[in-house]
Amino acid sequence: MRYAIPKTAAEAASLLMEEAARVLAGGTDLLVQMKSGARSPEVIVDIKHLPGLRDISREDGGFRIGAAVSGAEMQEHADLVAAWPGVVEGVNLIGSTQIQGRATMAGNLCNGSPAADGVPAQIAAQAVVRIVGPKGERDCPVAEIPTGPGKISLGRGEFVASILLPARPERSGDAYLRFIPRTEMDIAVAGAAVNLVLAADGTVDQARVALGAVAPTAMLVEEAGAALVGTKLEQPALDALAKACEAACKPIDDKRGTVEFRTHVAGVLARRAARIAYVRAGGRA
Amino acid sequence: MAFDQQQKRDFKVVGTRPVRPDGIDKVTGRAMYGADLSAPGMLVARVLRSPHAHAKIVKIDISKAEGLPGVKAIVTSADLGRPEDEALRDTQDNCLAYDKVLYDGHPVAAVAATTPEAAKAALAAIEVTYEKLPHVTDVDAAMKAGAPVVLDGRAYEEVPAGWSQNVTNHCEFGHGDLEAGFAKADLILERSFKTEATHQGYIEPHACLASVGPDGRGELWCCTQGQYMVRETCAGILEMDASQLKVTPSEIGGGFGGKTTVFIEPVALALSRKAGRPVKLVMTRDEVFRASGPTIQSSTDVKIGMTRDGRITAAEATLRYSGGCYPNMTCMMGAQAAFAAYDLDAVRTYGWNALTNRPKEISYRAPGAPTAIYAVENVLDEMCQELGLDPIDVRLTNAADKGTKSSYGVTFQDIGLKTALEAAKAHPHYSAPLGPNQGRGLSCGFWFNFGGNSSVTLSVNTDGTVNVTEGNPDIGGSRASISMIAAEELGIPYEHVRTLVADTASIGHSDTTDGSRVTFMVGLATIKAAREATQKMCARAAAIWGIEPDAVEWIDGAAQPAGPNAGKFPPMSLAEIAATSLKTGGPIAGHCESTADGAGVSFGVHLCDIEVDPETGFTKVLRYTVVQDAGKAIHPDYVEGQMQGGAAQGIGWALNEEYIYGEDGLLQNPGFLDYRIPVASDLPPIDTVIVEVPNPGHPYGVRGVGETSIVPPLAAIANAVSRAAGVRLHELPMSPPKILKAVMAKG
Amino acid sequence: MKTLHVSTRVNGDETDFVCAPDETLLDALRNRIGLTGAKEGCGTGDCGACSVTLNGRLVCSCLVLAAEAEGAEIGTIEGLADGDKLHVLQQSFLDHAALQCGICTPGILVASKALLEKHPEPTDEEVRYWLAGNLCRCTGYDKIIRAVQDAAQKLRSA
Repeated sequence: MRYAIPKTAAEAASLLMEEAARVLAGGTDLLVQMKSGARSPEVIVDIKHLPGLRDISREDGGFRIGAAVSGAEMQEHADLVAAWPGVVEGVNLIGSTQIQGRATMAGNLCNGSPAADGVPAQIAAQAVVRIVGPKGERDCPVAEIPTGPGKISLGRGEFVASILLPARPERSGDAYLRFIPRTEMDIAVAGAAVNLVLAADGTVDQARVALGAVAPTAMLVEEAGAALVGTKLEQPALDALAKACEAACKPIDDKRGTVEFRTHVAGVLARRAARIAYVRAGGRA
Repeated sequence: MAFDQQQKRDFKVVGTRPVRPDGIDKVTGRAMYGADLSAPGMLVARVLRSPHAHAKIVKIDISKAEGLPGVKAIVTSADLGRPEDEALRDTQDNCLAYDKVLYDGHPVAAVAATTPEAAKAALAAIEVTYEKLPHVTDVDAAMKAGAPVVLDGRAYEEVPAGWSQNVTNHCEFGHGDLEAGFAKADLILERSFKTEATHQGYIEPHACLASVGPDGRGELWCCTQGQYMVRETCAGILEMDASQLKVTPSEIGGGFGGKTTVFIEPVALALSRKAGRPVKLVMTRDEVFRASGPTIQSSTDVKIGMTRDGRITAAEATLRYSGGCYPNMTCMMGAQAAFAAYDLDAVRTYGWNALTNRPKEISYRAPGAPTAIYAVENVLDEMCQELGLDPIDVRLTNAADKGTKSSYGVTFQDIGLKTALEAAKAHPHYSAPLGPNQGRGLSCGFWFNFGGNSSVTLSVNTDGTVNVTEGNPDIGGSRASISMIAAEELGIPYEHVRTLVADTASIGHSDTTDGSRVTFMVGLATIKAAREATQKMCARAAAIWGIEPDAVEWIDGAAQPAGPNAGKFPPMSLAEIAATSLKTGGPIAGHCESTADGAGVSFGVHLCDIEVDPETGFTKVLRYTVVQDAGKAIHPDYVEGQMQGGAAQGIGWALNEEYIYGEDGLLQNPGFLDYRIPVASDLPPIDTVIVEVPNPGHPYGVRGVGETSIVPPLAAIANAVSRAAGVRLHELPMSPPKILKAVMAKG
Repeated sequence: MKTLHVSTRVNGDETDFVCAPDETLLDALRNRIGLTGAKEGCGTGDCGACSVTLNGRLVCSCLVLAAEAEGAEIGTIEGLADGDKLHVLQQSFLDHAALQCGICTPGILVASKALLEKHPEPTDEEVRYWLAGNLCRCTGYDKIIRAVQDAAQKLRSA
């Protein structure tokens, strides 16, 4: 087993072509998997020292977030928090303060957990993932990265270099809520992200709703977003939103929650997150 | 004054709050715990564990593993003898499975190697052939005829017809005419409850460092609640003389009862003996959950009759506990504790234990009592609601008091239950307003407290300072309280006393630190040792003054003539006597090796407010107050600490902690992530009220305080949740899916 | 498995050690450098007993590879006191009886120091959430929160 610190993206991609190579960014999933024996990598490729991977930079009015940027660093970036509070709070819900010092949004995505707190709000935000591999760079919508529990669409040798959160129009806001039995330190039993853009009169103009932990991957629920468009989040709209979310749920029964519980709570969270996003967008609740 | 007579006195040290003697080491990282010691030439050990819930071990082939580089020793049960004593044999089999594995995680072999990697590779190379057997992990299922039998030949002699051979233990307590009692009731409620097993959850995994030489002498460093228990058990298993095994207790990173047995110590010693080198063995967290002591899983029926004005006329409970894969009598403590808080004319409790394919139950803070009292206090609360009565008034009406014949036969002396109930009623918490979706819960709790055997040596040093050497690992600040007691008796400053917990070779036997016995019993032994020392010092002063020894008494830290007839001499301080002691008759020390009853039962009352989110079943603990009788609080900070810590553990038990077994009989949540103990943000401030009703069995009035505090939270929380949600729950933990289901079913 | 050589600074001291490539920083601190103040309660980042700072950032040392410490600044419980002078937090934990068994104490102190450096005037709720990754099974957290707040107040008026 080896530990490698590539200096260039090409070198990283070439290392990642080797058998049983794993990317190390924050390491908060990888080291746990190594401890349990779930993964036994032959090469650990530490991408933190690649140029730009620890940076948050402005791009076309949006934010490009390097794959090795920790949750704590995102939270400390005032402009990012102001523009995408829901995305940042999703990432910040991952683990403890200690985990936040290491865990990254990109790592949370690439771990492929259906319950990843960092992912639904990225999907709602239409984030775009920049992937580097042996054949160079490509961009991919975030929703297309996870393909199933523990599975992602990246090819051999590829890794996520950064994630772009697009520019915000005026009167926009997002929010992410998850349910856990305790107040901290749990994996989401259900999660809901809502991203809204309002018209000048406070009517919802665009709405994207994404759910986590209720299907094999985090997913966009188009019907749920549609239920909000043209409304001011009156009760019937919120009920329709919850119903659409419930209809989209395909959860499992496990030690963390039952099918019925997850389905019901996904709807509740979506309603609550919608209200928060609406207020953040300047709407009057 | 007779020694056991209660003293009314003004304390100088007792009741103050000095800094604990082990504090500086603990805040600087210097304190040495089980895993912190290393030895030259040390090997590291790893344990191979059963991947099945229940299976016959057909064959263990270690030949490939033995040949791997760095591997120095491999042990299985074949390396150990077969103790005649049944309990010792169960303990041994739990450390290394004999012919069957009885639960997921049951150890089957262990390896000592030069590096962790080599040990890991060796584990992978050991070939175990299993023949899988059907398993049972639920107590009710295990009691039914036809259930897979966990251990043959261990059934209770009179298992009722239609029950399984898994039923191993039974007990019955009570008095009075139940039928007549129920006939007098205006309301009779009968309810059934279930609670899942929980783990002590100490943050320090079991760890030890063992070294056995070619001469068969051994040394063992380990985190334990009882070094003598470890020595006796390991010596028994390894067929060593107790004198040849020295066990030194490390600082202990939490025990709560879970470190009152051995899991890895005999294994490490066996490996060290075979390898001829020191061996360090540390459990992983996964191993701690899968294979060290959880508490019992319980299933309980309670029937209570009550008059319209709140007087209990009859009470009955049947407790079905499973203490895992070996017989145990925890059901007895549950059956004794269930109605201990009440003065009842007619009461009966029945306890049963059934074997399941779960790890062997090990004590967890007031073992058996929390689940029994949870069921009883839950029914009482429902009766109060139904009859429109105040929950504290009803408990005051029925509360046990001095002279009450308890449900388990003992007649109580002075007890503090009524005082605690009145303090709870007077507390602002009890009358504070509640908001929507909020509920207030209340429960009484009880624990026996134990005395037992302890040894203490108190040495007076020539510079006027004092060392107390005792044999009980400090799990709750006992070195502070023992030092305070010594200082109080001797009349010297707390800072002049240092208390050390000794290894097994340094002083005589001491029972394990359990049963909330240390401050009571080691404290008592310290008082006796101190009084022996002061007697000797008085005799020295008498010799110097040329008067009779009985004409001298010990007052305010000095020998003084007892009255004007004894002569006129200025007081001679401890420091003065100590300074010349080597020339006036030799070193001065007091000893006490003794046993004591009279620990004095303890009662507590907990109040809590809960808010339930009716849309998700999420619970928030808004406010929590613990009232408990300490008899006499030696160090109030650490009494409060016990009250708060027990409450927090009970809150976890009530709301989210549980052992989750899959259909395959494997534990699904062997980690802190999914076991879910309370984190800092889950809890409110925990207010404490120490009540002091002196225990007549102790010269200062001390009662044990460590365990009572985990007893009331289960029902206090359950009652608060039930009132907040408007629907009663009968199962623990009350995790959000269960609460939401109940709320939605209610409509 | 090839052993790596790592040069780092621990509590301000230049420190070199060798380690396996998959070895955690926690194991290196405890077994290679002999700093056993950080504890392994779980090895999975769930208990916080192994808390240290890595380049000033609070982390679980069980979730950091020792190799990642190359060129870094590590802060552990052993570096909290200044010689024989306890840090305000350490004294406050003693004064408020904020520890019992003490196994979680090093991690909680390291985490609390990081908190007060970032938020000198936290609310109780902020302290509780900041410390949510530091499990304590003995105290019920009550006295810990009081000790941190008292230290915060003392540090502010210092």
